[in-house]
Amino acid sequence: MVTFEGMEQQRSSSGASLSPRSPSSSQPFLSVSVSDPVKLGNGVQAYISYRVITKTNFPEYQGPEKIVIRRYSDFVWLRDRLFEKYKGIFIPPIPEKSAVEKFRFSAEFIEMRRQALDVFVNRIASHHELRQSEDLRTFLQAEEETMERLRSHETGIFKKPSDLMQIFKDVQSKVSDVVLGKEKPVEESDAEYEKLKRYIFELENHLAEAQKHAYRLVKRHRELGQSLSDFGKAVKLLGASEGNALGKAFSELGMKSEILSVKLQKEAQELLMSFEEPLKDYVRAVQSIKATIAERANAFRRQCELAETMKLKEINLDKLMLIRSDKVAEAEREYHELKAESEQATKTFETIVKLMNEEIGRFQEQKTLDMGIAFHEFAKGQARLANGIADAWRSLLPKLEACSSSQ
Amino acid sequence: MMDSENHTTEEHLHPHPLSSSNDELENLNLHENNEHDSLLSTKSYSNYRSVMSTLSDSHNHPLSSPSFVSSADSDPLLSPPQHYREFTNPNSSDTSSYIDPPSYADAIFTSFDGETSSNGVDTPTRSSSDGIFFSRSSSSSEFLKITVSNPVKEQENSNSIVPGSSSYVTYLITTRTNIPEFGGSEFGVRRRFKDIVTLSDRLSEAYRGFFIPPRPDKSIVESQVMQKQEFVEQRRVALEKYLRRLADHPVIRKSDEFRVFLQVQGKLPLPTTTDVASRVLDGAAKLPKQLMGESLIAPSEVVQPAKGGRDLLRLFKELKQSMSNDWGGSKPLVVEEDKEFLAKKERVHELEQQINSASQQAESLVKAQQDMGETMGELGLAFIKLTKFENEEAVLDSQRVRAADMKGVATAAVKASRLFRELNSQTVKHLDTLHEYLGLMLAVHSAFTDRTSALLTVQTLLSELSSLQSRAEKLEAASSKIFGGDKTRSRKLEELQETIRATEDAKNVAIREYERIKENNRSELERLDRERQADFLNMLKGFVVNQVGYAEKIANVWTKVVEDTSGYAKEST
Repeated sequence: MVTFEGMEQQRSSSGASLSPRSPSSSQPFLSVSVSDPVKLGNGVQAYISYRVITKTNFPEYQGPEKIVIRRYSDFVWLRDRLFEKYKGIFIPPIPEKSAVEKFRFSAEFIEMRRQALDVFVNRIASHHELRQSEDLRTFLQAEEETMERLRSHETGIFKKPSDLMQIFKDVQSKVSDVVLGKEKPVEESDAEYEKLKRYIFELENHLAEAQKHAYRLVKRHRELGQSLSDFGKAVKLLGASEGNALGKAFSELGMKSEILSVKLQKEAQELLMSFEEPLKDYVRAVQSIKATIAERANAFRRQCELAETMKLKEINLDKLMLIRSDKVAEAEREYHELKAESEQATKTFETIVKLMNEEIGRFQEQKTLDMGIAFHEFAKGQARLANGIADAWRSLLPKLEACSSSQ
Repeated sequence: MMDSENHTTEEHLHPHPLSSSNDELENLNLHENNEHDSLLSTKSYSNYRSVMSTLSDSHNHPLSSPSFVSSADSDPLLSPPQHYREFTNPNSSDTSSYIDPPSYADAIFTSFDGETSSNGVDTPTRSSSDGIFFSRSSSSSEFLKITVSNPVKEQENSNSIVPGSSSYVTYLITTRTNIPEFGGSEFGVRRRFKDIVTLSDRLSEAYRGFFIPPRPDKSIVESQVMQKQEFVEQRRVALEKYLRRLADHPVIRKSDEFRVFLQVQGKLPLPTTTDVASRVLDGAAKLPKQLMGESLIAPSEVVQPAKGGRDLLRLFKELKQSMSNDWGGSKPLVVEEDKEFLAKKERVHELEQQINSASQQAESLVKAQQDMGETMGELGLAFIKLTKFENEEAVLDSQRVRAADMKGVATAAVKASRLFRELNSQTVKHLDTLHEYLGLMLAVHSAFTDRTSALLTVQTLLSELSSLQSRAEKLEAASSKIFGGDKTRSRKLEELQETIRATEDAKNVAIREYERIKENNRSELERLDRERQADFLNMLKGFVVNQVGYAEKIANVWTKVVEDTSGYAKEST
């Protein structure tokens, strides 16, 4: 599928280089990168801005290349717009807002966020439907002032991520109630779809647990690094006390310990970025699917409601026609309006169903790829670390041998 | 310091006699001094076996803290015999067996083949200490192996009015030795904790100036707790450790007190602590009985022992002034030595501090390693669950592929977790040497105190002597003025001179004792330095070899996953 190749290309170009590659072919392409985080503003108002570079040959776009400055809430706006417009499609997730104030401007957090935002935009740009979005065009091209206006004048229901979260939660509880059989509202009777819903909900639990342990593992790396550093220092002091060959041996051991401590801290960061983050991303993606499930349920309910209402209106109309009331015209008009709405609702619902079916396949394939990469990087990191540890300690052995032979 | 000779034989046969021997052999090969390659060079199994029999593991390793002894999840990943063949090449030098990359991984690895954790845990330190033992012992054929086992609750025959008899626990102390003074090769006695206390007290009286290993603490707990399995077991371990340390000490192991404790059946024939008038006071009080027999009242008994070094120095300085004429050249010598001694003391104190802090950091390092292993294991399990879930629910092929990838990672994580745990239990053993030496520091302090109090006794006697002599002089001067003599005075003078002679004798004895203790201090310090160098070096080697071996193993585990997932490698890489 084109999507995945596009994904691969964009993955390799994002983060490492500043601007997206310009492909040589004349095939339609849309390539985006998010880079250069810069802290702007003061005090509580301070925020991070990112450079978003677009390279494209789409006719709808202003030109082959465009650079704009965007901040986190702009990405949120984009996501909300897409969610509203493209019901049924699993909108790529964005990283959460940071809860801890202190952490907000740490270098690691900023880099993690930048990476996640880059992935977000690229996923949109490589989705065959989403990439056509007008809102995407606006996001990638509009002047900063325009963007600011749009951002603050957002009239959609989803003003803030927190609102979104709240609505998700409400819908989520409704949907899970239905799945659990607590309520008996209007619901689809599609068995396969039921299975899918159950799968998604359970998957989230499993993933959340894996992600939790992955995060803990990062912490463990940091802790081990710290204790190696402390150990190294203490051993060096002991070496100074001892003096002579043994003292030297201790000092060397202490130094190696400290070197390894640095390696561990580095690896901890790597682990966070290339393993824990993808897992978190996976969790977010599943949550996004849950939001789509909620949307589908809404659409279904609306379709049913309208169908019901339409039937009633039809009955009423027939009645009026029978008694030759002068309200017939109005009722007829109303009826036709309702019919159009009902048809629209049905169409909306059916579109969602169709899209979801496609999206599931796409989602699974994408996740297999994403996780495959994450696993590869994880294993690489662990092997690299272990080999580094082995090499560092091994280099001590000849010295230790020399010490004992001089005893 | 080494528990070299005191390995107990396994209570039951080794499941793989060859494998446990292999562990020993490989580790011996890695840790031993070159001079003892001869032991290994003989390829005959019988020779090797006899060497091995002194190195067999104890069932419960006294050094490892229970929390780190992993549950007996023996997970033999490789079969021992292959490794045995790999490493019994006696012609390869020690260094080459270190440097060849796969070697340590395999060497360390076999410690775990099919063995219970305590066995595996035992091996490296044992053999490393055996390495030391071989290089240190005067006659390498001497051994003294002590085991403490079989705790039994016994009733005390109560003669008191209070009804109900108190109970106590006795332990079976088994000794195996070829030291001729024991007059036997294998024997066992039953002893209770009180007996240990007695032994310990007698030794510290008899061997002043020596670094006598401190005995296990008395516990002030309820009698109910005393009988609990856990407490009894803890105590058994502590006792065994203590007795083995005593057996390690080149002088103490040959002492009568120790021998009597190990060998004499029935009631322990050593005077119990309550017989001595004041066991809390330092040697000054006990000295008279030791030195002079019981008829004489030593002047030192009336003198309060000075607390701390400062009083001593002051006294000493004063004495120096008054005595320099009488003592001539020998006095300055004592001062100098004292300075040297103080310097040594200072160094020992500093060393202790460094060892203490290193020991603490070692503990937190071990904890961090353990946590790492645990979390890695949990991660692995989470992925295994996820894999199972995806496989069960799979509708699309992409899910199955993902499940397969995940399984690889999960398996690797679980393997790595296990390796971390094994690494850690080994690390505990190695770094435990630091803890051991901390314990020894107490003995050093005690020995230094012996010296200080002995010196004090000398000082006291010297000053006593001085005052007696000046009194005598005065008396003489006074009586010489009176012609014909004063019978009372001359009698007094006679008595005084009698006392002076006795005090002179006491002083000479005290000085000899002081010199003896000084010499003990000196030789012990030398022994401490020597042994500590060797032990610490082995500790370092063991620790490092261990780290290398496991890091290699873990790297291999992950490298496989890297290869399996290489299809996902980024184009840029």
